Amino acid sequence: MEFGIKPLGRERLWLWTLLLPTLFGLVFSAFGSLLATIALSFTNWDLLSSPTWAGLKNYIALFTDAKFLKSLSNTAIFSAMYVPGVVIISLLVAVLLNRKIRGIGIFRTAYYLPAVTSAVATALVWNMIYGKDTGILNYVLGLLHLQPICWLCTSHAMVSVVIVNIWGAIGEGMIIFLAGLTAIPREYYEAAMMDGASLTKQFFRITLPLITPSIFFQTLMATINAFQAYDYIYMLTRQGQGDSNIPVVVFSIYRNAWYFGNYGGASAQAIELTVIVAMLMLIYLWLEKRYVFYE
Amino acid sequence: MKQKRMLDIVTYIFLTAGALLMVIPFFWMISTSFKLPADQFSKTLIPNPATLSNYTKLFSVDLNFPLLFLNSTVISGLITIGQLLTCSMAAFCFAVVKFKGRELLFGALLATMLIPFHVTLIPNFIIFRWLHLIGTSVPLWLPAFWGGAFGTFLIRQYFLTIPRDLVDAARVDGASLVQIFWKVYMPLATPALAALAIFTFQGAWNDLLHPLIYMPAAPNTTLTVGLAFFQQQMSHGGQFTVLMAGAFISILPLLVIFFFAQKLFIEGVALSGIKR
Repeated sequence: MEFGIKPLGRERLWLWTLLLPTLFGLVFSAFGSLLATIALSFTNWDLLSSPTWAGLKNYIALFTDAKFLKSLSNTAIFSAMYVPGVVIISLLVAVLLNRKIRGIGIFRTAYYLPAVTSAVATALVWNMIYGKDTGILNYVLGLLHLQPICWLCTSHAMVSVVIVNIWGAIGEGMIIFLAGLTAIPREYYEAAMMDGASLTKQFFRITLPLITPSIFFQTLMATINAFQAYDYIYMLTRQGQGDSNIPVVVFSIYRNAWYFGNYGGASAQAIELTVIVAMLMLIYLWLEKRYVFYE
Repeated sequence: MKQKRMLDIVTYIFLTAGALLMVIPFFWMISTSFKLPADQFSKTLIPNPATLSNYTKLFSVDLNFPLLFLNSTVISGLITIGQLLTCSMAAFCFAVVKFKGRELLFGALLATMLIPFHVTLIPNFIIFRWLHLIGTSVPLWLPAFWGGAFGTFLIRQYFLTIPRDLVDAARVDGASLVQIFWKVYMPLATPALAALAIFTFQGAWNDLLHPLIYMPAAPNTTLTVGLAFFQQQMSHGGQFTVLMAGAFISILPLLVIFFFAQKLFIEGVALSGIKR
């Protein structure tokens, strides 16, 4: 039987009082918003005049609006680079840190620093690093007698922005992997060493299988974050009129609603993004059943 | 043994190189903020000559930096209080009290974690606009007072580890439900509450999109929107030195919290990662 104390008499009232804020948020904010956004997606509404029925117009636009399709492919490309990048690099850092070396505290602090500070503030420095004529990176390239690169122009902006996003996310991934790694019993490695297994073999036969739950969790979180990535992209690539060099879907939603007053169209885009994320989650959960190893 | 030493050296080289890449932008930010405007693009790490004038300029420019700082502090503080209070209230009910529909309700709450935040943006904006609250900070902090899946989950997990005998003993002494919550559970859950407080404060302090929607007009806005606005003005031949001074001041509170409560940050992230 599940643990729990029974509320007595008037305590029943107290119970629902304690739950009231959460119930309100659940009904009104979470599920209510979802339903409201779905409803809005079938309207034309600029918030100034009354809304009119739009039928499927906003949904047809999802497949015909070139700007939106571009933002969709940008989000896909961004995620395809960002998710593996974060997972692999933070796993690598965690594995190295887990070798019980000296100075682990200092390293951990250094790697976690970008995760603490605001993307807005650090993006300002990255702007100076990526600057075309005055930037540090091109200065270094110049020292090496290489041609300067326009890091934040349309042609290179995607890679530059992904790098900064990964830089900002390694810290959190590293901590999650470290927690998973320290949970692996030392005896496994000792036994493997007795049998003369090489380090690479130990990594692929012991570490990797036992850390699959952390990899799964981290991949899931990185995917959700990738689809919602906004701050660095806004700070590094924004143009006039709420546009960007590499507009992603969140950009498109923001721009359609708050620049063009197209709240119906923006709602349809938000719903499509939600459906895509939900489908990815289902695929992940299916993969989890097949490949993730829980002790 | 020789192989192990080689491996140690390689480990150190990799970790040090990586760590440098992580911290160089911060050094550059601090260094630039002490340079003369004429030296804003100089490639030396140590400012020569060094100056404090960029920091004093933050007070004089029409940007009104102290107001931005105050706004961010008040808004983040209110959001943190709201989350701590309402999340722990719900977490107590889910962890300790037996009532009909408990599992169902908790499941529904967890399911909301899968609803991306951009779905709530437009309906919330329409409602707050209808209430004539655009341009004020209310739409930013009020939603923190109706709970949240992540915070409730985090606190509930911690509440579950508190020995049940304590509840039974308190019950025998005639303690009411609310007394058990406030006098037994809350004091014992300080580590989890502190972790949630840090996460919430950090998220609120660093948030860009919500203030951009609700308080888009400088100077009465938050630090993040103010800095973004500042950057736009700067790009027309402005001074990066002042911008970096502003950026550094804006990250300073979180840096201080991080250095003093590093263990809580690290344990909090690890805690949120171990879901099962």
